Amino acid sequence: MGSFPVEKNGAGPTTPANPQRRDATGARRTRVYWGDLSFYLCLGVLAATYVGLVLAMLAADFFYAMQEPGPVFSKLWTPEIRYAAWLSLISSTITTVLALWVATPIGYLMSRRDFSGKTFVDGILDIPIFLPPLVVGLSLLILFRKTPLAHIDNYFEIALHVPAVIIAQFAVAAAFAVRTLRQAFDEITPRCEQVALTLGCTRSQAFWRVVLPEARRGMLTAATLCWARALGEFGPVLVFAGSTRRRTEVLPVSVHMELSIGNLEGALGVSLLMVVIALFVLFTARYLGGVEQVAEGYVP
Amino acid sequence: MIQTRHLTVAAGTFRLADVSFTVPTGAYCVLMGRSGSGKTTLLEALCGLRQVLRGEIWIGGREVTHARPRDRGIGLAPQDGALFTHMTVRDHLEFALRIRRASRRECEERVEELAELLHIGDLLSRRPFGLSGGETQRVALGRALSFRPHCLCIDEPLSALDDETRHEMIRLLKRIQQETGVTVLHVTHNRREASALADILLRIDGGGIHEIDDSEAKPDDLEPFSLGELHHAK
Repeated sequence: MGSFPVEKNGAGPTTPANPQRRDATGARRTRVYWGDLSFYLCLGVLAATYVGLVLAMLAADFFYAMQEPGPVFSKLWTPEIRYAAWLSLISSTITTVLALWVATPIGYLMSRRDFSGKTFVDGILDIPIFLPPLVVGLSLLILFRKTPLAHIDNYFEIALHVPAVIIAQFAVAAAFAVRTLRQAFDEITPRCEQVALTLGCTRSQAFWRVVLPEARRGMLTAATLCWARALGEFGPVLVFAGSTRRRTEVLPVSVHMELSIGNLEGALGVSLLMVVIALFVLFTARYLGGVEQVAEGYVP
Repeated sequence: MIQTRHLTVAAGTFRLADVSFTVPTGAYCVLMGRSGSGKTTLLEALCGLRQVLRGEIWIGGREVTHARPRDRGIGLAPQDGALFTHMTVRDHLEFALRIRRASRRECEERVEELAELLHIGDLLSRRPFGLSGGETQRVALGRALSFRPHCLCIDEPLSALDDETRHEMIRLLKRIQQETGVTVLHVTHNRREASALADILLRIDGGGIHEIDDSEAKPDDLEPFSLGELHHAK
């Protein structure tokens, strides 16, 4: 496919040796290639389709809610939903802290060290991502109820209690954190760490003083992703923690419970609350990332 | 002094075998060789970043073949600078001293010395983002010199610099060595750089290393002329 130069304002044809030409005012004009233009047009249409779908989904929720605001938002002030909201926020935060605590060393080891069985371990780490969520929940339930771990469960009341919410969220969200952090560590040149070693650091000091601060943006991304995953986790929580009101009910479970009794407006109200929370976290993380980027340039 | 005795180092399938050389204390040694000849591998082995299969490494009269990098007393300035993006230039210069628990006063004095030596006083509050190639190399050199190492290993510090900055850096490197008396091992594949700086010239090829005279440097050692140099030649 050839591409054709665009001629405008009688400025004369362009040639390969003369990719830019001047218009009547003397300003330089860049030649337009129709082949390139149609390529970017195709990409733009495909991108716009998906972006449009996401925006349309959110817009549909908000417009429907605005038509019937009373039944939609009144549900949010009930003690059950307020409890579910607090439990969701607290459990997601605890899950994120735990997941980062575990995912950071795993991501670092997977990024920096070669060892026998690494491919196998890599595959294991991806299982929670690929496994159906209900299967994760069921596996946790069997682990804590039908194996020797049942003794721990009997003593500490894990399954079908609040700790089960956190464990179920953690089981899935940590896998996403591992993947994100491994990528973050991959992007940091090992040379920085090596220089730190020659400057007098032990491995541990090089990790804490150089590698971890260098991976700060990756950690912020991992934390955001992890928190959002934990907030929206439904399948494993439902199976492992149950759906007892004012005990193990988190927001996604609330949506499910409202839908199961045919209360679409109630389910929508809870969903919108989750949308607002998720967007707030997303934009806060983006803002913090932006502030960090600016700070990298100059410290007054 | 830097000395290797029958050193054998492997990097993947590449092997550097039976390498022996000595750089006397306070000398400026330039190690030349073509790309892929093992210059950086040797540098990494000296710094303790690559495992030695056979042979010995002596630094400042101490055998350090299997010592940890931190115990070798070698400052490393890598090719790309490898500056820490979360630190200011001042933090870089203080880093090694803080690790050694130096007092605030000692840190400040050393930073002032280095800033004056390297002409980076006006960069102290900046982070690496936006520093020019020459500035990056100056900071990397300052960081490597901050803890007064026995030896300074520099890996192709001038390869990405324009002609003018390169000439400035050559003068600076010479001055650093004269003022600090540090033993320098400078890796390059540029003969002009080598001629301008070297007290001792080593060439690495075929998995081995040997000392050469400036006049012996092969045309192979020459890197392609930069555009600026071509204009001068015309």
